[in-house]
Amino acid sequence: MQDLDQLRAQALASVAAATSLDQLDAARVAALGKKGTVTGLMKSLGGMGPDERKAAGAALNAARDEIEAAITAAKTVLEAKALDERLARERIDVTLSSRPEASGRIHPISQTIEEITAIFAQMGFTVAEGPDIEDDFHNFSALNIPPEHPARQMHDTFYFGERPEGGRHLLRTHTSPVQIRTMLSEKPPIRVLVPGRTYRCDSDMTHTPMFHQVEGLVIDETTHMGHLKGCLIEFVRAFFEVDDVPVRFRPSFFPFTEPSAEVDIGCSREGGELKIGPGAGWLEILGCGMVHPNVLRNCGIDPDRYQGFAFGMGVERVAMLKYGIPDLRTFFDSDLRWLRHYGFSALDVPTLSGGLTR
Amino acid sequence: MKFTLSWLKSHLDTTATLGQIEIGLTAIGLEVEGIIDPSKHLGGFVVGHVLEAEKHPNADKLRLCKVESGSGILQVVCGAPNARAGLKVILAQPGTFIPHNGEVLKKGNVRGVESQGMMCSWRELGIGEDHDGIAELDADAKVGASLLDIMSFDPMIEISVTPNRVDCLGVRGVARDLAAFGLGTLKPLLVEPVPGSFKSPIGVRLDFTPETQAACPLFAGRMIRGVTNGESPQWLKDRLTAIGLRPISALVDITNFFTYDLCRPLHVFDAAKVTGDIRARLAMSGETLVALNGKTYELDESMTVIADEAGPEALAGIMGGEHSGCTEATTDVFLEAAYFDPIRTAATGRRLEILSDARFRFERGVDPAFVVPSMELATRMILDLCGGEASEPVIAGTEPDWQKSIVLRPGRVAELGGVEVPLARMEAILNDLGCAVAEHADGLLVNPPSWRGDITAEHDLVEEVIRINGYDNIPSLPLPRPPMPKPVLTPGQRRAAWVRRQLASRGLVETVTWSFLPEAQAKLFGGGAPEMHLANPISSDLDVMRPSVLPNLVTASGRNADRGMKDLGLFEIGPQFDGPEPGQQRQVAAGIRAGRARGRHWAEPARAVDAFDAKADAMAAIAAAGGNPDSFQVGTEAPGWYHPGRSGSLKLGNKPVAFFGELHPGVLNSLDVKGPVVGFELFLEALPPTKAKATKAKPLLKASAFQPLDRDFAFILDASVAADAVVRAAKGADKALVAEVAVFDLYEGDKVAAGKKSLAITVTLQPTEKTLTDEEIEAVGAKIVAAVAKATGGELRG
Repeated sequence: MQDLDQLRAQALASVAAATSLDQLDAARVAALGKKGTVTGLMKSLGGMGPDERKAAGAALNAARDEIEAAITAAKTVLEAKALDERLARERIDVTLSSRPEASGRIHPISQTIEEITAIFAQMGFTVAEGPDIEDDFHNFSALNIPPEHPARQMHDTFYFGERPEGGRHLLRTHTSPVQIRTMLSEKPPIRVLVPGRTYRCDSDMTHTPMFHQVEGLVIDETTHMGHLKGCLIEFVRAFFEVDDVPVRFRPSFFPFTEPSAEVDIGCSREGGELKIGPGAGWLEILGCGMVHPNVLRNCGIDPDRYQGFAFGMGVERVAMLKYGIPDLRTFFDSDLRWLRHYGFSALDVPTLSGGLTR
Repeated sequence: MKFTLSWLKSHLDTTATLGQIEIGLTAIGLEVEGIIDPSKHLGGFVVGHVLEAEKHPNADKLRLCKVESGSGILQVVCGAPNARAGLKVILAQPGTFIPHNGEVLKKGNVRGVESQGMMCSWRELGIGEDHDGIAELDADAKVGASLLDIMSFDPMIEISVTPNRVDCLGVRGVARDLAAFGLGTLKPLLVEPVPGSFKSPIGVRLDFTPETQAACPLFAGRMIRGVTNGESPQWLKDRLTAIGLRPISALVDITNFFTYDLCRPLHVFDAAKVTGDIRARLAMSGETLVALNGKTYELDESMTVIADEAGPEALAGIMGGEHSGCTEATTDVFLEAAYFDPIRTAATGRRLEILSDARFRFERGVDPAFVVPSMELATRMILDLCGGEASEPVIAGTEPDWQKSIVLRPGRVAELGGVEVPLARMEAILNDLGCAVAEHADGLLVNPPSWRGDITAEHDLVEEVIRINGYDNIPSLPLPRPPMPKPVLTPGQRRAAWVRRQLASRGLVETVTWSFLPEAQAKLFGGGAPEMHLANPISSDLDVMRPSVLPNLVTASGRNADRGMKDLGLFEIGPQFDGPEPGQQRQVAAGIRAGRARGRHWAEPARAVDAFDAKADAMAAIAAAGGNPDSFQVGTEAPGWYHPGRSGSLKLGNKPVAFFGELHPGVLNSLDVKGPVVGFELFLEALPPTKAKATKAKPLLKASAFQPLDRDFAFILDASVAADAVVRAAKGADKALVAEVAVFDLYEGDKVAAGKKSLAITVTLQPTEKTLTDEEIEAVGAKIVAAVAKATGGELRG
């Protein structure tokens, strides 16, 4: 069996010498393959006597196991080496940019309306809408603004042409006609919030021919000026997310409310930077008042039994103040740079539980 | 409305400071828009005494002065012709802020001589335009004293007056409100009739029918003869100048003064130019008037004029006529004080586009009881300033009825106003505002004064009480609210919100654009009908209501491309207008994508936007709105602003709910925008309403335990066959097994016959009861091939 020792040594040497999986496999075939040296000796066992075969067989099996173990061990090492080499070849430049993904934005007007809605929803206001094209009744006369009333001059109204049946339709100058539509279709108690597009024939640094308002209306038997103040003070502090912002109510005039007020919030302009909160200045943000008895009467609601308040504010104006947007006209420019800068992420859904603004 | 502090104090006896008055005005609803206080910047100026004034050694027109400043003698170079020794002057020393040029004075060197200060003109102090020379102070002014200690400067206050408060378009009305608020007492206004010494040679008639007599119910006038219409006295000129009016002549200045002082516009005619009697009447069609502003106006029967025998001489309550206006040569003047109907005045002023101080007041309703008294007061002032003698008054008509009695139930103040005010305080406030207050079984019986036509009912009185009592004194209460707020959005509003956030999350940027656009653009999108035009557009570029949201988005993409941002996606959720009646509008979610869907990138080739991007946006929006995109039929019909071969519609039954596709190149060309641009329009209200469900539970999940398997099929089809037909046929071949069908290859070219195409689909089979045998798979495959062949004539590709 000197042959076997020699063959075994030879096979182990070629296994040890293999530097690649191919060479290792060649060494395996040379020793253990069908025509391999060790296999050849196995075949010769058949011609031996039982005792001789037993001894030789055991030796052969031991040698084969030893060679197989060596091959397995070498294979593990060589496979690891091959994998290392492959991984080294597969290196990429991770500093390259990933594939671009478009990200959209929500316009500040939509976002602001959702914020305002979230606050008033807590106070039980539902949301109502109405048409942009209105008739004189809903936009003016039902709101206690008769023809030739000087208050109509406060509204630079866009009109359409004379209608065959007389009169002219117009673009609503405020969201207040939806007050009328609501009161004509619902019975008190009423709490509605009306966001929407409004139009005035005016265009300069601080006016655009189209803008947005949010209107609020509360009608029941007991709501008075004190509730109006409380409701709007709570709103202002929640909306601007400034707990100590001063709020001032000034007497004013609107034909559809009496008493009427304008609401200012405190601000400071230190260092040329406008900040909402305690300070020396005031900013006008909305108009409000107790609904005029004539308006209730025009809607078939008994003013001796029912009363309540209404308010209206400019959406762009409060958005400008809250978010520091300097120029009203830019809201309608569709300038991608502006929309990306002042717009909001689709994920920024304003809620009172999570906070209105990130 | 502007006035000066001293003017206010001519009606209001007060010790209040300017600051208190400012706060008070705003607190009672007379919002202060601005205060110009000239003394604000005059603290640094002192009284100087010119000791010597010699000729400047190097300049003929300059003088070299020695000026005592009170703290030393300064050498001052001065160019004013009136600089002379002995004069008391206003001296600015280095470091003093000069209001006129907004700079701080520095030592100077004028033609080789140092100048250590400046003697100032009024203009340099920011007061008036007088620059004839340096200001000359009284000879007894104390040298070195601050200018503010020897002179007072009248601050100018500007307030905003709401349309209901015509009475505060006169200084006296403002004073009355402030007095009621507690800032002083209103001085009495004494009206003493001026006896006439002759009968007015000019009579007055009111030529109206009973139906139109409200146009001018009362007219008071009189002749004043022998007047001298020179310059007004300084105090009057100062007041008018301070509020931005130009002094003209005493007679004209007096009428302007009455307008602002007592809210009582008057008119003065040069009596020499009046022919016959003066009459107030409606104009006749075809009459014209050259007004004091030099413009000629064409009149009609709706307008009130003051006329004589020759024709119209003035537009009642709006503007006088040039012909009979007073000049320096006027010696006999006819004074007019009248009451004109507010509505007719407003209509006339608007139609003729004349804004005047008189119109502004008459259309708001001047004090109807003050017509005759104002005529007497003005007569007195004319006599005082211009001399002459007054005729007996000529009065036509009667005072319009203005008296009202209103009952104020005291409890209403707290019920409506939210604040408890003691009865005595209510009474005092109403008294101070000029109301006559008496007791009444239900509370107070209140007669508002003639100048408060805005007070008509109890709620007006409540407002007056809480306004003067102070809005700050109303305790604020939280609005009682539901214990657990319910969702407040309607299904439609929720749907719009979902679609908005879905589109933004897909990379589209939300914008908001005008509801109107140029007519030419409207016409490209099926709009622009005559009834959709605004009668008074802000510009010809924004004259028609938009028939679609797309044109604004497309032009916006063009503007962004011009700024270098060519690849973009925009969307808007807003109205499109289908008709001119309220409600003929639809809420649309519309979006566009322009340029490249994918820009150049190392990992992937660039790709231009195509119709399928728009289709995907539309489908995603439908899904976000709660619709099932698979339930929609894809049609090939789309409006004319889309590319006819690259657009389509998503329909429910036969009703299109959305359109999508490439925009028509011709339309893009007309909008001056480079393509490609793709877009979609989803009509939110056309989506089926979401059904209210009894519970929010979802249907049970049915997940199969057996593995799904895919089989691919390629068909040769006529090129005109819609892919959707193949997909639907395959899906319908075995509804139990076929779970999904997707097109993964489309080939049109040399390797198929002309007019044919090859379409490859992968079919996912989902067994639910057992693993499929080869024979069963084979059988389903055969069913699919047969179904596609039957539906489309397609054959399995060999």
